[in-house]
Amino acid sequence: MRPNLQLDEQGRLRHFLSIQGLDRQMLNLILDTAESFAGVSNRTVKKVPLLRGKVIANLFFENSTRTRTTFELAAKRLSADVLNLNISTSATSKGETLLDTLRNLEAMQVDMFVVRHGESGAAHFIAEHCAPHVSVINAGDGWHAHPTQAMLDMFTIRRHKPDFGRLRIAIVGDLRHSRVARSQIVALNTLGAAEVRVIAPRTLMPNDMRSLGVHPFHDLEAGIRDADVVIMLRLQKERMEGAFLPSEQEYYRLFGLTEERLDLLHPEAIVMHPGPINRGVEMDSEVADGPRSVILEQVTYGIAVRMAVMSLCMQQTPGAES
Amino acid sequence: MNSISILNGRLIDPAAERDEIIDLHLAAGRILAIGQPPAGFVAEQVIDARERVVCPGLVDLSAHLREPGLEVKANIASETAAAAAAGITSLCCAPDTDPVIDSPAVVELIRRRAKQSGKAMVLPIGAITQGLRGDALSEMAALHEAGCVALSNGLRPFKNTQVERRALEYAVTFGLVVFVRPEDRHLRGNGCVHEGPVATRLGLPGIPAAAETVAVARDIALAEHTGARLHFHGISTATAVRKIRRAQHDGLPITADCAVHQLHLTEQDVDGYNSDCHLIPPLRTLQDREALRQALAEGVISALCSDHQPHEEDAKQAPFPSTEPGISGLETLLPLSLKLVRDGLLSLPEAIARLTLGPAQVVDIPAGRLSLGNSADICIFDPEADWVLDREQMHSAGHNTPFHGWHLPGRVCYTLFEGRVVYQS
Repeated sequence: MRPNLQLDEQGRLRHFLSIQGLDRQMLNLILDTAESFAGVSNRTVKKVPLLRGKVIANLFFENSTRTRTTFELAAKRLSADVLNLNISTSATSKGETLLDTLRNLEAMQVDMFVVRHGESGAAHFIAEHCAPHVSVINAGDGWHAHPTQAMLDMFTIRRHKPDFGRLRIAIVGDLRHSRVARSQIVALNTLGAAEVRVIAPRTLMPNDMRSLGVHPFHDLEAGIRDADVVIMLRLQKERMEGAFLPSEQEYYRLFGLTEERLDLLHPEAIVMHPGPINRGVEMDSEVADGPRSVILEQVTYGIAVRMAVMSLCMQQTPGAES
Repeated sequence: MNSISILNGRLIDPAAERDEIIDLHLAAGRILAIGQPPAGFVAEQVIDARERVVCPGLVDLSAHLREPGLEVKANIASETAAAAAAGITSLCCAPDTDPVIDSPAVVELIRRRAKQSGKAMVLPIGAITQGLRGDALSEMAALHEAGCVALSNGLRPFKNTQVERRALEYAVTFGLVVFVRPEDRHLRGNGCVHEGPVATRLGLPGIPAAAETVAVARDIALAEHTGARLHFHGISTATAVRKIRRAQHDGLPITADCAVHQLHLTEQDVDGYNSDCHLIPPLRTLQDREALRQALAEGVISALCSDHQPHEEDAKQAPFPSTEPGISGLETLLPLSLKLVRDGLLSLPEAIARLTLGPAQVVDIPAGRLSLGNSADICIFDPEADWVLDREQMHSAGHNTPFHGWHLPGRVCYTLFEGRVVYQS
């Protein structure tokens, strides 16, 4: 990816497509901005007027209620008008190209596209071809990136453990297909995490995982030992059978996070999951709902982080709030 | 018919091991004399080829001309004109047209259209199975009689190995070479780039090198079993090179080509989701590229081809996995080959051999050499010219090239086909 596509000539955020190409200062700016929005949800009037008059279109070529809802809520809390377009069942199924769809939406004077697409590089493609005044936020593209999810995870980690330089983080599960993990890995390395481990059976981990700057493990217990943060990835059930894994049961037996296995972690460790959880496959309910779990915090912080990214892309920082 | 003298050029004809400054005289579409003209010969046209290279017209083993059926991308007239501008006078066209080249009628249509445009010899490669469906054998004898110079299942797989075996056995009956694009379709899956660090970082489904090498190993085993003359088209991996080198050493009648762009690009060029670098086979690693270069220098790879796949603009305007693979390659075939000479990999005569005699021998045609009495198919180029490729200036209907903006060596000055000037810069 061209390193400057996401940044304008002054080095400010213009699109948010990937963590790749952003420096630590920018990631910290996003986290700090999110911090300033974190209190908005607790106010009586849960809105700030930063994006009043702006139109944000959620272009979801892939279904996702949870992500779309948090983006919608974030946009509304910034006082923007929101269009929700489920493209997978409309324009493109009638033969319209992605560029045609884009041009039509631009003609409706949309200011920002939040894009989810099943193919890697889709948000990047849209950013390359959209009108100069439009910003693009990647809400998940193929196996490539889900940068706002990664940033809300970073926000959650920072709230509990502010010094990334001391952290050992273990990411467990379907790393081959996970856009969340790819973005988390880049974010953690950019923020200077001491050690990022990835843990999965060989079928769910690319050969070249080390090239991303991580330490691969195929043994869960060895991989999570003394970890400060464990991020469990969602295992897509449609990939459970057949050639990737023999069964859910075997996966759970070898890679499921149980209460017993929590004893291997650092005593202060937290457990995360981007959701939705397959209980009894990726982790026990006791773990998901237990004291180490910060899974629901992740959901809450997702709104503040998305507000931060949206306002930064539109060059509207909280200081400009009237 | 014109009579033409080409004077003072550096005539390079690898078939005759000739590399000298000497004149060439043409009449009635054929090569009449090399050196002194026959007594009484009067040239109607004289071409001054001083400081130019005069060589046989280039032979390209793989060009997708898109006609019939995909004229939205290109047609025979547009692409043979592009070939002429690139110094190419013979091109083999792949069978994956619509309808596919599996009947004499389609062969006849292609030959007629090529003759109408009159810019280059188009040599159809016939489908080895009906409709390229990979299950039933095509009428290979009829295709051969109609003018097909080789057989292939294009980019599509055989239904199973037994069908491939039978297809090869049947082809042996007619002594026809069979082109294979080695790929295990199951290992390729929905991959769109080389399975390696770039694919991992960009989150793109990868095609492992093993998808090619598994198929090469299988095809060599079948060639050994059936005695078929096999030509591996478009190889991309170091392991495939090793296996092919070994098979040739063992005496099997196996040849190989690679697309010239594979010798200049790697998986790194895909970065930024560059859809102009969406290719099948995909761009591989630096080590693979070096192995291909080495194999070319050794002659294990005896032919360079363009693997020309022109596309309309929309075909490359989508998220990377949805774009159509392929490069519009005719016009970079010679310059990228000459770049290998500049890189010190090949001598100039060796590079010309890989573009003329080598491919002509694969399909067993008399082109690619400057023999007396042969069709006067000639390329005259300036080896010292340096120029910058501008995709908008390309003659092909497809402007899809990753080499836009590259400084390239060598510029075609004249192309003669059947003794006529069909291109002049």
